[in-house]
Amino acid sequence: MQLRVWQEISKDKSWGKRMYMVIKVQGLCKAYGATVAVDEVDLDVQEGEIFGMVGPNGAGKTTTIECLEGLRKPDRGQVTVLGVDPQQESHFLHLHTGMQLQLSNLPDRMKVWEALDLYSSFYPKAANWEELLVQLGLEEKRNTPFGKLSGGQKQRLFIALALLPNPELIFLDELTTGLDPQARHVIWDLVREVRSHGKTILLTTHNMEEAERLCDRVAILDHGRIVAMDTPTELIRSQGCGESLIFSVDRPLTTEFINAMEQIGRLDIQGERVIVYGDSNQSSMVKDVVLLLSRLDVPFRNLRSEQSTLEEVFLKLTGREMKD
Amino acid sequence: MKSLLKMTLMETKLFLREPVGFFFTLIFPLMMLFLFGSIYGNIPSKYFNGQGTVDISVPAYTAMIIATTSLLGLTITVTAYRENGILRRLRTTPINPFTILVAQVIVLFIMTLLGMLLLIVAGKLVYNLHFEGNALSVFMGFVLSILSFFSLGFILSGLMPTARTAQVVGMVILYPMLFLSGAGFPRELLPETIKKIANFLPLTYVVTLLRGLWVGDPWSRHLTDVLILSVILVVGVLISIKTFRWE
Repeated sequence: MQLRVWQEISKDKSWGKRMYMVIKVQGLCKAYGATVAVDEVDLDVQEGEIFGMVGPNGAGKTTTIECLEGLRKPDRGQVTVLGVDPQQESHFLHLHTGMQLQLSNLPDRMKVWEALDLYSSFYPKAANWEELLVQLGLEEKRNTPFGKLSGGQKQRLFIALALLPNPELIFLDELTTGLDPQARHVIWDLVREVRSHGKTILLTTHNMEEAERLCDRVAILDHGRIVAMDTPTELIRSQGCGESLIFSVDRPLTTEFINAMEQIGRLDIQGERVIVYGDSNQSSMVKDVVLLLSRLDVPFRNLRSEQSTLEEVFLKLTGREMKD
Repeated sequence: MKSLLKMTLMETKLFLREPVGFFFTLIFPLMMLFLFGSIYGNIPSKYFNGQGTVDISVPAYTAMIIATTSLLGLTITVTAYRENGILRRLRTTPINPFTILVAQVIVLFIMTLLGMLLLIVAGKLVYNLHFEGNALSVFMGFVLSILSFFSLGFILSGLMPTARTAQVVGMVILYPMLFLSGAGFPRELLPETIKKIANFLPLTYVVTLLRGLWVGDPWSRHLTDVLILSVILVVGVLISIKTFRWE
């Protein structure tokens, strides 16, 4: 048994218990020829959290994850995973981490149970794969060849394979890309359940909704650099475009109303539809707008408020549309 | 060791589920044997040094199976495993990814041997096959031939970008070689020019070696074959170490 020297950080204030750095990355750089894939990336992942890396294609997510998994050798920088250097002790890492890789597969004619049975023979203390089969809802598919599984079923099988080593840390690279919404929600529930058993999860995704709903913390990568890293709520609060109120009116607005409204926020009038943009720190915008409407006796309908999403934050920070 | 055993069993099942590989290794050679056996029988012929068509066909078809499993079976499987990220996935587990290559070699070795045994059994039962050699010598010749061809298969799989290309290139190399080398068609019936061209084909040396050992030739008469196949084996292994890619 190997002695693990985990990097211990100071007591977490909110939980009052000791937290461990499962992953610690400092100044990670990796280039392929002249193309810089990862440029001075620093990040920490704590025990028991779901940490997400998001970014457009080519932002360096997969390269980063591959450096953490020991599949690629960093050009520069310090990488520590479960207390070891992935390059030096890949065997230890492969025993204690579960990995689901982008672009990885099983032979089409291999049956679900055969894949689990085969992969469990690779680990000295493998989890009971029969139980995993039930846990991941693949019982009925146990005799189905891999090639005949749906996208969601394949990904569930990959999660099962990743859970076989009883890992402390699980890497999930682009887990739900290409899945339909139902399958995606099933996978999200599964990931949450896995985390509730105390496992740490590092995932990458293109899907901002996924990052927002699933991750405790998110790092946004662009051109190989981390441009923002925080909880999704905090990212939206600090980087978001604020809140907007949308409503419809039946008759043209008076100048008095427009002037008064512009005190509250920027106004955009599109025919009968009115949009008021507030900034993110304005907590009373809804109240202010409704009060003004009733004070000036303006009839309105279909009032709704829209919050910034992580997607807007992402687009603002990376300055372009996602190229999927 | 447990993983290698499991992997070998798994690869065996996968081999048997793949109809094309199964057919060309185990069924097609038998069909050829019955086809030519039913046309010519196994009457001793002056063209074949007093042997019958079936007598010379069994070692020749064995060479054919060796070439097919190596240049098509091994090449396509390994290339597809790389292309589909199966090798990549294995690299994230504690087992050595070489295990799957070893398992693949074991399975194809056994299947090729099985293909040869089926030919022998069918030849014996139906056509009164003659065997004048030493079984151990024939087996040794078989081992040298198949290992040398496996190394060619590994070079190819290192060079091929996709399984699809591997299949096309494998066939382009394999089919002319089958007919020119004497594996699919008796060498004695080929014109001299073709025989000269055939001297550049590795499979020719497998056919000559196996047919020679089959009728009890001493090894000393086949030094050229042994030398050439050994050189292919050594050089092939060295090149495939250089060209082999996990992803």
